[in-house]
Amino acid sequence: MRNPRATQLLFELSKSGRRASRLPASDVPEREVSTMLPAAAIADEAPPLSEVAEPDVVRHFTNLSTLNMSVDTHFYPLGSCTMKHNPKRNERLAGLPGIAHLHPYQPEESVQGLLQLLYDLQEFLAEISGLPAVSLQPAAGAHGELTALMMAAAYFNDLGEKRTKVLTPDSAHGTNPASARMAGFEAVTVKSNAEGLVDLDDLRPKLDDQVGVFMITNPSTLGIFDDQVAEIADLVRKQGGLIYLDGANMNAILGVARPGDFGADMMHFNPHKTFSGPHGGGGPGAGPICVTEKLGGYLPVPVVAKRDGKYSLDCDRSKTIGRVRSFFGNVGVLVRAYCYICTHGPDGLKRVSENAVLNANYLLSKVKHILPVPHGDRCMHEFVASASDVKKVKGISAMDIAKRLLDYGFHAPTVYFPLTVAESMMVEPTESESKEMLDAFAEVLFRVTDEPADLLHEAPHTTTISRPDEVQAARRPVMKWTPA
Amino acid sequence: MNPEELLYAETHEWVHITEEGGAKTATVGISAFAVEQLTDLVYMELPEVGKQVAAGGEFGEVESVKAVSPLYSPVGGEIIAVNSDLADKLETLGEDPYEVGWIIKLRVTDDSSLAKLLDHPAYQKQCAEEG
Repeated sequence: MRNPRATQLLFELSKSGRRASRLPASDVPEREVSTMLPAAAIADEAPPLSEVAEPDVVRHFTNLSTLNMSVDTHFYPLGSCTMKHNPKRNERLAGLPGIAHLHPYQPEESVQGLLQLLYDLQEFLAEISGLPAVSLQPAAGAHGELTALMMAAAYFNDLGEKRTKVLTPDSAHGTNPASARMAGFEAVTVKSNAEGLVDLDDLRPKLDDQVGVFMITNPSTLGIFDDQVAEIADLVRKQGGLIYLDGANMNAILGVARPGDFGADMMHFNPHKTFSGPHGGGGPGAGPICVTEKLGGYLPVPVVAKRDGKYSLDCDRSKTIGRVRSFFGNVGVLVRAYCYICTHGPDGLKRVSENAVLNANYLLSKVKHILPVPHGDRCMHEFVASASDVKKVKGISAMDIAKRLLDYGFHAPTVYFPLTVAESMMVEPTESESKEMLDAFAEVLFRVTDEPADLLHEAPHTTTISRPDEVQAARRPVMKWTPA
Repeated sequence: MNPEELLYAETHEWVHITEEGGAKTATVGISAFAVEQLTDLVYMELPEVGKQVAAGGEFGEVESVKAVSPLYSPVGGEIIAVNSDLADKLETLGEDPYEVGWIIKLRVTDDSSLAKLLDHPAYQKQCAEEG
């Protein structure tokens, strides 16, 4: 039952003098602040903080937390985000005092258990990726991209080569060209062909000795494994360039194909996706990177090392690009990834990918009768359907369908990405979902596309806020509350 | 400007060329189809006057609630005028993308790309396939 009173702003709930707790009388003499601080350091008036009691605060945040959709409450087929179940076992283990209560400034000999766990995770990721040198430091996938590209820049600098360009396919995540620019390269887009693969005819003329890195997401954001990847790697290598693999879609190929084996020199994992760490409010992500031996020296510090049965943080690396994150990285999500990998083991991880691919193909086979899937009848872990036809015939867009799905208790797929498909809806069911859930989703999608256009244009009808004004939110965002 | 008399790039920019005393001037904008596909526009980054742009080169970008899209110049040349009113009145592009909604004017130095541009019927055909 919704409680709209409690989800008013705390400022609106404020009542002068109301307190959550009252302190006992001070047992030392009180002194005026003005006698202890210079006048310039004292504000003209007290900040207008809200004054509320504990039940007000608890109800406020508890009610707000129920207005959101999450993997713990709803099917969440948000393509490219791998919204798989976050096993509660991971939470229990990550919450153990020997892990959760450690302080990053503790001496190394008192955190050997955690260091061993992180060291083992480095080894696991090296084995899964086929790339031997690993850093757990980057705090997100995009941060991993940036870190690896900075390493590539340092590597070329050491070779005495001036390479200015990074190539990315037009279906790439926007973070790829952004990371390239941040690392000081020019980002050049390579077109996709009709099958959604890298267009080699467009790639060849763009590939010269100025290209430092070719970034490829494989399987791609269209849910297709680009089987030209070895050929692409050869072409790039002939020009002296490196291959970066955006590992966002590793959930499709765990234990089946290793990026290091199909030509990647560098890659990142998204433990919060592939290895079941919670997204967003559930905790920060991580973007560990794996690279070839020749690039290993450039990894950020510290790297967890093992010498004579003891674990330590190795900062003594002459070629390192330096620190990219404080302390050990985002340890919480790394611990969950470690738990997930240990829970499944090598055969289990392979089954995870097989089931993710099976689920996506099952759903594709149902959805394609409702919304065409332009890139074929088979996919990896996700597929991209198009609402173009229903838009032409009925005037309902991918956005309308996405909004209406919320009314039926389904989180929407990713819409309008990748940009290479008109009115795109990118669906990634993950391995966590049952056949019954996939059937229910397809049935609702069918029902929604059959509903009157006007009903969809106004959707969602059951949420507290229907459609925020995205244009005003972008152009004139209101960033602070002011009293009426 | 009559959209039927304009030339179009595959990337949805239109161009109109005028010639005076042997000097060619190009006016560049984006098509009504492009504006519709972009949906609600929130931001446009425009170039400075005096900037040189290659044919097919990026001269700015437009951001909608959906995505950020680069703007490509159909011809090469020097930018001699920028419709700076647009940035605050992006709705103009939805209302009149071919007249009030022009984006830049160029003094053309390279029009070799003109042959590759689409005339109105060919562009309409491309839009029908994409839409």
